[in-house]
This record gives sequence, structure tokens and C-alpha cells, in this order.
Amino acid sequence: MSPAEQIDMLLNGDEAAAWAARHCNVDVVAAYPITPQTIIVERFSEFVANGEVDCEFISVESEHSALSACVGAAAAGARAFTATAANGLNLMHEILYIASSLRLPIVMAVANRAVSGPINIHCDHTDAIGSAFLASWLMFFCENAQEVYDTIIQAYKIAENPRVLLPVMVSFDGFLISHTAERIKIFKDEKVVQEFLGGPRKVAKINLMGKEVELSLNPKNPVPVTFGPLDLFDYYFEHKRQQFEAMENAYKVIEEVHEQYAEISGRRYGDGFVVPYRTEDAEIIAVVMGSTAGTMRYVVDEMREEGIKIGVLRVRTYRPFPYDRLAKYLSRAKVVGVFDRVQDAGLVGGPLFIETRASLYDLPERPIVVNYVYGLGGRDTTPEMIRSAFDELVDIAKGKIKPFRRKYLGVRE
Amino acid sequence: MAKTSKEWTPNLFEIAKIPDYILPGHRMCAGCVAPVIVKLALRALPDPENTVIVNATGCLEVATTIFPYTAWKRPWIHNAFENAAATASGVEAAFKVLKRKGIWKDELPTIVVFGGDGGTYDIGLQSLSGAIERGHKFVYILYDNEAYMNTGIQRSGSTPQYAATTTSPAGKVIPGKLEWKKPIGFIISAHHNAYVATANPYYWIDFMKKVRKAAEYDGPAFIHAISPCDRGWRFDPGISMEIARLATDTCLHPLWEFDPETREYRITDRSLYLAKNPDKIIPVEEYLKRQGRFAHLFRPVRRDDLIKQIQDRVMKEWHYLLKLAGFE
Repeated sequence: MSPAEQIDMLLNGDEAAAWAARHCNVDVVAAYPITPQTIIVERFSEFVANGEVDCEFISVESEHSALSACVGAAAAGARAFTATAANGLNLMHEILYIASSLRLPIVMAVANRAVSGPINIHCDHTDAIGSAFLASWLMFFCENAQEVYDTIIQAYKIAENPRVLLPVMVSFDGFLISHTAERIKIFKDEKVVQEFLGGPRKVAKINLMGKEVELSLNPKNPVPVTFGPLDLFDYYFEHKRQQFEAMENAYKVIEEVHEQYAEISGRRYGDGFVVPYRTEDAEIIAVVMGSTAGTMRYVVDEMREEGIKIGVLRVRTYRPFPYDRLAKYLSRAKVVGVFDRVQDAGLVGGPLFIETRASLYDLPERPIVVNYVYGLGGRDTTPEMIRSAFDELVDIAKGKIKPFRRKYLGVRE
Repeated sequence: MAKTSKEWTPNLFEIAKIPDYILPGHRMCAGCVAPVIVKLALRALPDPENTVIVNATGCLEVATTIFPYTAWKRPWIHNAFENAAATASGVEAAFKVLKRKGIWKDELPTIVVFGGDGGTYDIGLQSLSGAIERGHKFVYILYDNEAYMNTGIQRSGSTPQYAATTTSPAGKVIPGKLEWKKPIGFIISAHHNAYVATANPYYWIDFMKKVRKAAEYDGPAFIHAISPCDRGWRFDPGISMEIARLATDTCLHPLWEFDPETREYRITDRSLYLAKNPDKIIPVEEYLKRQGRFAHLFRPVRRDDLIKQIQDRVMKEWHYLLKLAGFE
């Protein structure tokens, strides 16, 4: 099957997200403005105002209400979308857990931004990781506007799969991706996307008191569904166990959807979970998420010219965490440098570092794994900074310097 | 608005035929008025079958849905404490767009929200105001038991002056909550786009008529129903409805409605009678002395100063309402 016809558009990451939501024929968008996400809701409002989408746009009075309204809409059977960043995501925090526990396939775009305080509008990943670390949301981190468009479309197909039925967060670096115009491809005919998704959202069916019912607030259900009951020590754990199971199922579904999407788009992002670059024979591998991967590939090329065996592994799915892929790609490296764009004072290391290191624990021979914190509050991470870190990794591999637990890249000490 | 104001009045024979949508076996306390409010409200809807219920966190939510049981025979959703109105916004928007797209083929369901005073006056006021401003069509019914009863009787923005709660106890220096309760109905009517009414389940015909009007109003509607709580107010569970009656007969909880189209405040039912027959207004002391939460106003020393203060304030608020409704 050859890919469907696509057209080139000049879009930034936010606009790409808005176009993806448009092509997914979302029914309800509830959102609140916050930099650097605002362009998404602006563009989408224009689509609504011009009649280019048939959607109820709820211009809510807070992010808390944005996600709350999405919960109501998704429980009623609609395909719901929202977008936020930083403090807005933190304000939603309570409802993140409720959305996943109600098993609602909401998709949310997050233009990653440092969280207050101090107040800052630029990129780091503390918002998404800090808010949703344990929230049972699938979490993708994109590298560019194209991937934002592609991932949001994939996200609905993954979320709505009855084996998953969990919400999905699609993250991309604030300003670096959200506000940078790129030439990307979008489907010429949005019907391609809608066919890919199987038409409008099909609400999952469940068996309730011996009857098949829609898992929704449908008043025509033969047995009405009670969403969000009080669930105490006698059943809560079983319901949580089902969430664990759904997240486990997501590995397979992400893989399937990534392949199906490749057929219609001609685009793949590694194996859907991690995107390796020159890792095959690499002795030194950097692990990173988001747009910094591109800068790293540039530095890797430079060092490869010098004969240094170095590569980079970009993690695309942070939840579910692709531990087996990390073990596979990193098993032959001598030194792994994990780059976290998160404020995590008091932890063993950054969240990506912790999970990467844990993923390698069962290997018969483990590489040395060290951690760098970089780019907090949008601090520019230049090729020179990355080169200096990579040179350190080389020195560790050569035994010239001792491994360390954590360093800070590009900060004035 | 005006067109529906006269037509419907509940007929006991007819409403008795409507099945219950909140079933027996729930675990609300004996003497609790909240289930009475729910039963009356759902029976007053034009098509009770085609209803979706949204419930804020609170007594009603907790005690009616202890998994794996549910007392609700209609689709029901509880999201969190402060976001019932936002959740209802999403439900309403979803049915609207799904109907437009031909996916939902029936009439739009009536969306009924139940929230307590904590979820309405305090933590949920922002989301309620936002939803009212946006004009979502739903019927928000506040069952007001005047404190955080679900967590064990803590002061809320609705707790009346000098009531003792566990966070505004009657101590040696401070005689319970010092502040008057927030005028929630007027806060909502100030949005100028919602049908707003106060109600009392004791005056059930008035209450049901108002629910029907609210459901038929093409926009947001808000009904503030007083919901005496024998555990929190400290009275015998057998006299809940009597306490409810006194709330209106003393003019502490007068019955009125606000028409967003004409901007008129109308005093209704028993309160209308009291407006015309002020000598029939019962002194507030009759209400206070039957409730343990006000016991410190009578024992060990009778606090005439505080009782008079409450009485004066009740009359001040009552005359404000009379002025709004054109009686003065």
C-alpha cells in the first residue's frame, strides 16, 4: 500500500497540533490559553469560527475546567481534545488521574514549559513529567512539528482501542517546536485520517448486569452506567490493576498503530518507542527526549568524522516506558549519558536517567550510566555544550575521568 | 421563560406513577433531606428517562455509589469536588455536537447537576460561574446542608451565622461562625442569563414547578434547595421536614425565582403569603432553638444579643428581597 496523498504546509508545532485535531474530527475541544500552547486554541477557534470543523469549542475559565469538561464530553461518547502547558497542566493534575481511572480516551497536547516558580515561559519537561509521572496517561515526546501532527493522529487510535482506553499526552518542546515554523506534510484529504481512526469515536462496550452497554452516559443504555463511584479497599485495587494491564497492552497497540500509520503516511519514528541514530556500533550513547535529539545528531556526525563511536537514542514514548528497547539498544555501549530536562532535586537522578538505568539492571554486563540536567527554563542547549558533555563521556569510556552521578550542562555555578 | 411559568404543576396521581431514579438501599443518613430533593427533582423533569446526572463530590455522591452498588437508575457521573459544572459543560457540549453529526439521534437529554454547599459556594464557585457565563443548558441543583457534612461538619461559605461546626466551634470566646452566609442565589442571578430559584422540599409543589421551569429554560438554571442535616444541625431525624419548613417560615430561606428575560425577582408560594401577611412570619428563635448547632445561644446563658442580631439580619435580608420583588 502506498502512502496517501499529502500536501506541504508551513506550520509550527502548535499549528500542527491544531491541524491534527481538525483532521481527527474531534467533537469537543475544551481549552484555556497558556503560553506556549495558545496558538493551538487560537487556530482551532478559527477552524470553528470558519465552519471548517464541526466541533463544540468550550472556552473554559481554567485548565482544571478544561480537562473536567473533556472528562464529561468523553464520558458522553465524544472524541475530546485539549491542550496546555506548565502551570496549566499542574492545575489539571487532580483530573489527570480521574480521566485515566474513568478510562476516557482523551488526547492532550502539551507544549512543554518550565513550571513556576520562578515564573518562566520557556521549555523544559518538568510540567509533563512532574504532573503525569504516575497518572496512567500514555506520554509521547515529539521532536518536531511533523511528529506532533502524526502523533496526535496515532494517539486517538491508540487511546480509543478497547485494549487500552487510557488518555494520551502528546508533548513537544515549548517555543523550540511550538513556535518554530517547519515545512511539514499533512494529508490532503482529512477523510484518510478519519478512515484510519475508523470514523467517529466508537464507544467501547461492556457487560453490565448481563447486558451489553456502551461505556458512556448514553441514556438509552439498557442499564445506565455510573461513572466515578466511591471505590473503597474492596475493589479500588482491582480497578487499578486493570489500569496497569491497559498500560501493558499499550506496548502492543502503539507498535501496531505506528506500523498502520506508516502505511498511510510513509513515516516512521524508529520502532515507535525509541529512535536510534548511529547506535549500532556505538560505545557511547546519549539518551534524550524532544528537540535536543536533533542537535545531538549533529554533534554525533561531527564526532563520527573524528572516528569516535558515538550515537544517540531518542525516547519517544515515556509512558509506557520502553525498558526492553533501551536494554536492547544500550546493551553494547560502554558509557551512556542520559539527558534530563527536568528539575528533580532530591531524586537519584532525572526521571529519564532513573528509568534508563533501571531498564539496564538485568543485563549481564551493564554500561556506565551518568546523568546530565540541561536546558531548564529554556536555557539554550548549544552544540558546544553537547560536545563538552560528549567529550566527558568519551573520557569516562577511556578511564580518564571517573563516572559521576549527575552534572549540570550550561549552568553558571 | 414567561411562556412556561404557568403551565405545569405537579399532580400527585401523575407523579406517583413515575418510577424512582434514585433507588432504595443507598446509605444516606436517616433523616437526610438530600434524597427527597433528588426524588422530587427527577420526577419534575419533562422526560425523566432522558436524563444525565452529574454529581459533585459530597454526601450524596459518596453514599449512593459505594462500588459495586449504585442507587442511580439514570446515567450518572462524578468527576471531582470543584468541577461538577465544568463536567456538565462537557456532557452538554458532547450531546449537542453528537446530535448535530447524527450520532446521537434522540432529543437532547436533560442534564441535572447535584452539588452540596461546599462544592457550590466554595470550591466549585469558579467552575459554576464559568459554566453559567458560557450558557450551557443544565439544571444545577444545590442541596444546601450548610457545612461540609461529608467530612464531618466543617464550616462552609454557606454555614449560617453563630452555627457551631467542628471548624467554627462555639468556644468560650467565639460563639460559632461569625459571618453571615453567602447569597449564592443572587451571585448566580447576577450573571443575568440563568433561571435562578430558591426552593424548599417541604414546599414540594413550588420546588417541582421550579425544577420543571429550570429544565424547560433554554439556558443554565440554578436551584438553591435547603437540605436540613440532622447529624450536622443536631436535631432529631424525625423532624427534618419540620426544620425545613421553619427555614422558610422564619424568612431565613425565602422562596423566590429570577426570570433572566424580564430580570424580575418573584417571591413564591409560602414566602409570597408571608410577604402579604407579615404577622405570620415565625420568629427565628423557633428555628434556632430546635438545633444543637445553635445550643450555645440558649445555654448555659441565653444570648439575647446574638439571637436579636440574627433576627435583625434575617429581616434586613427579607426586606432587601421584598424590594427586589417590588413589594416595597
